[in-house]
Amino acid sequence: MKFLDEYRDEALATKVVDEIRRTVTRPWVLMEVCGGQTHTIVKYGIDRLLPNQIELVHGPGCPVCVTPLEMIDKAHTIAQRPDVIFCSFGDMLRVPGSDADLLVLKSRGADIRVVYSPIDCLKIARANPDKKVVFFAIGFETTAPANAMSVWQARKQKIKNFSILVSHVLVPPAIGSILQSPLNRVQGFLGPGHVCTIMGYREYEPIAERFRVPIVITGFEPTDILQGALMAIQQLEAGIHEVQNQYVRVVQRDGNRVAQDLVNKVFEVCDRKWRGVGSIPKSGYRLRHEFHEYDAELLFNVKELDTQESSTCISGLVLRGVKKPRDCPAFGKQCTPEHPLGATMVSAEGACAAYYAYGRHLEATNGLRNS
Amino acid sequence: MDSETADVDLGALLASCPLPLTDYKEIVLAHGSGGRLSHQLIHKIVLPQFRNQLLEPLHDGAIFALGKTRVAFTTDSYVVSPIFFPGGDIGKLAIHGTVNDLAMCGARPLHLSAGFILEEGMAMEEFWRVVQSMREAADAAGVKLVTGDTKVVDRGKADKIFISTSGIGVIPDGVNIHPGRAQIGDKILLSGAMAVHGIAIMSVREGLEFETEIASDTAPLHELVDAMIGTNIDIHVLRDPTRGGITSALTEIAQSAKVGMLLDEARIPINEEVKGACEILGLDPLYVANEGKLLAIVAAPDADLLLSAMKSHPLGQQAAVIGEVTSDHPGLVMMKTRIGGTRVVDMLSGEQLPRIC
Repeated sequence: MKFLDEYRDEALATKVVDEIRRTVTRPWVLMEVCGGQTHTIVKYGIDRLLPNQIELVHGPGCPVCVTPLEMIDKAHTIAQRPDVIFCSFGDMLRVPGSDADLLVLKSRGADIRVVYSPIDCLKIARANPDKKVVFFAIGFETTAPANAMSVWQARKQKIKNFSILVSHVLVPPAIGSILQSPLNRVQGFLGPGHVCTIMGYREYEPIAERFRVPIVITGFEPTDILQGALMAIQQLEAGIHEVQNQYVRVVQRDGNRVAQDLVNKVFEVCDRKWRGVGSIPKSGYRLRHEFHEYDAELLFNVKELDTQESSTCISGLVLRGVKKPRDCPAFGKQCTPEHPLGATMVSAEGACAAYYAYGRHLEATNGLRNS
Repeated sequence: MDSETADVDLGALLASCPLPLTDYKEIVLAHGSGGRLSHQLIHKIVLPQFRNQLLEPLHDGAIFALGKTRVAFTTDSYVVSPIFFPGGDIGKLAIHGTVNDLAMCGARPLHLSAGFILEEGMAMEEFWRVVQSMREAADAAGVKLVTGDTKVVDRGKADKIFISTSGIGVIPDGVNIHPGRAQIGDKILLSGAMAVHGIAIMSVREGLEFETEIASDTAPLHELVDAMIGTNIDIHVLRDPTRGGITSALTEIAQSAKVGMLLDEARIPINEEVKGACEILGLDPLYVANEGKLLAIVAAPDADLLLSAMKSHPLGQQAAVIGEVTSDHPGLVMMKTRIGGTRVVDMLSGEQLPRIC
């Protein structure tokens, strides 16, 4: 398939791997920020192609994983109301709250629908005027424009029975938080290609400067990841720390200004809690005051719902690259995608789930090479 | 960037994980996905009640002797929504599915039964179209529908129509096809491009509609199997990789035969349109349902001859050798990825859900 096969080409990948081997002189720890990148790495076995000196650790960029438990419980409280049609991206359906997941609530009779775009919810709202349609607006900067657009359009089209439950998080404060941790091991980043498509990468430049780390904005295909790793390693070996753009076919330094403007009209920056990580100041979006009538948290009065995270798995350490999924004693045993104990096992993009899906839980017992 | 993570309790994070969440107390959709939850449901609830030698291999059908004749007996239910889709309908599927399950036992399909569960209010014209389509499919497959049953339930208690079909067929002498016969060194063949049916259904599913020319590949496979058996090659295993995709089918065979498998991603046939749809929807085609496709496992020296026999049949034109049976990692299916890495391809955990980004 054009524009995809080129980036999955074995000969090209081998060439980049050879170049990495020639460049590396000592061990380096790189973090890929995005869940989508983690997915590609384990799906294509990229971690096994790289020389042993290069360790890839998996970052906090899985939006499903980092959505806090109390937000999931709020979603469940709203979704169970008989007057509600609750809409969500597909992979939020399996995320366990304190009691159940959305799939179980659906089996108990809740009206829960998977949508590919929040704009689809407006159609559902128009077709069901006697119901309240709620969209679970999660994600990083990538999904913010479409979520903002749904609210913008709802107001324009005077749709009154639509609202969103907002749990938006931002990448740069999370990277800052990782780098400030005394446990940090990360020496270079593969930056989030989709997030930067929207936001550009100017805001990463002060981070690279302050913490003296290379950040290479990287795409999601195998050769993207390999080239991003090569560029980061070249910087590390040369003692340079810059923001570089590997994903030039999509990302520009200023990003998508139109999308940013819309996001800024609808959302404002706020403190957010990250599941498994904790509260990070100025790390998320909430609806601006003038859009409060679309805020499901207020409409359904779940603002004060507070939940204690009952599971104490190591997903917080996995999300910050301190630990690997297999370091957890429960990984693949008590904790599986059918019964996730923590955030990173929940979504296909979570590091633990990605390791599990591509058989890393089976390898130890079958004597395969550990990665 | 002066952020703090002060309220993170590292001690708590390092502690071992607590007890797992309990098993599902209700049936969820993923129990019907053909993946690991389906597997668990059968192994935990059904199999313990009915343990017997014929059931336990969990093959596509049971194989036993009646006098001197070896027969295969199978059953399946059809709940597809929407009931009419590009390339087929629930009636065609109900005939083809059961014909194919018999064919995967190496049997020539003979007689079928059909049970209909109809929802009050279903348009008579739609039911007529389904039944007519079943008759056409049965005629084309050379099978007779010889017994049946009809029930009607209240509006809302079913989704227009559910169909259950059972079938019986005769296994020719000398044919011994069984998942336990996959042997180290054998080659794995796939009869055509994967994931077509699942994507065709998704393209017309409410809320997901997208414009495409992709039509379901549903077809009766018994003639292709006849042609393959006609080569006199000793075919070890046949399987039609329906829900759960080729991954679930191969994992089941690997576990049943206690062998490993190594697939070559670049050699697994897939059409450009299907690949594109999978990319857009965030789905892995290895887990998407097929109809009218089969996996065959044979000794390596026989693979080329069998492949050319498959390719000369209209339903096998895109057939390919996609991997081999190995002694390493028994019960596991590995894949050499397109860029030269390797990974495990495991059974799907639940429903394959579209990813967020």
